[in-house]
Amino acid sequence: MKELSLNILDIAQNSITAEADLVEISLNETDTTLTLTVKDNGYGMSPEFLASVHDPFSTTRTTRKVGLGIPLLKLAAEQTDGYIDLRSTQRSADPENCGTVITAFFNKDHLDFTPIGDIVSTITTLLQGFPDIDYVFSHRIETGGAEKLIAIDTRDMRVILGDEVPLSDPMVLVWVKETLEEQYSAL
Amino acid sequence: MKSLEELAKIRERMQSKVILREGQATTRVVVGMATCGIAAGARPVLNTFVEEVAKNDLGDKVTVSQTGCIGMCRFEPIVEVFEGDNERVTYVKVTPEMAKEIVEKHLKGGKPIAEYTIGAAEK
Repeated sequence: MKELSLNILDIAQNSITAEADLVEISLNETDTTLTLTVKDNGYGMSPEFLASVHDPFSTTRTTRKVGLGIPLLKLAAEQTDGYIDLRSTQRSADPENCGTVITAFFNKDHLDFTPIGDIVSTITTLLQGFPDIDYVFSHRIETGGAEKLIAIDTRDMRVILGDEVPLSDPMVLVWVKETLEEQYSAL
Repeated sequence: MKSLEELAKIRERMQSKVILREGQATTRVVVGMATCGIAAGARPVLNTFVEEVAKNDLGDKVTVSQTGCIGMCRFEPIVEVFEGDNERVTYVKVTPEMAKEIVEKHLKGGKPIAEYTIGAAEK
């Protein structure tokens, strides 16, 4: 993957497959580090699947026996001397608090750090493809003692849009894109 | 400054439109967006289709959606265009520029672009 935002798009789709209705994507940046967290309230993974999920030959896909989503994210983190961490609670074990949290830690100064890239496009792509799910996106940047926050929560948008306008409506997608771009350009 | 109030305006505009949507679309554009598609560049291709369909006001006729792995990863980004009941055209190794051309010639003009299809790629 050329950009971390593409890994994020790929990983978020696992949450959608797991029937999540809320996906929270957070980026926390300091001068030298980046922590990515993708949290969902989907049906979770069994301890056996969780243990095997780093293995490319472990996948939910049905068209072939190789799954590269998590291995590629792991590679992107580890090549900066970072790591990934996965935690999951199955719906069958705890229906109220089930879900999966994947955390990836990166050292930004490492030569092999992959740039975040076009994260705005990743968010609009998720809304376009899966408009029935809610997304909370936040990007916190702490540099030189100051903290800046870029954030969007589709639950707030849905209150105003009502049932008749889906998040995938082109006018809504343009609004999301411009809102996030405005927040980024204000940095 | 962007604000949530603008979404209320979008909603009003939608309500005032004569609604001809659900079930009226006759053409489906499906973009492969699994790991293989994404790594090969499907995200800008998908976004180009979404933008061009909106720009050309084809929204009532064409839907753009995402799908998982189609099983031919070496040809990604793959875009399938379904028209009517069972007619399907499979475009392979699609770029944003090709996507624009597909909207213009195929979706608007009704003529599939043979040289971009899987049939041409496999020769």
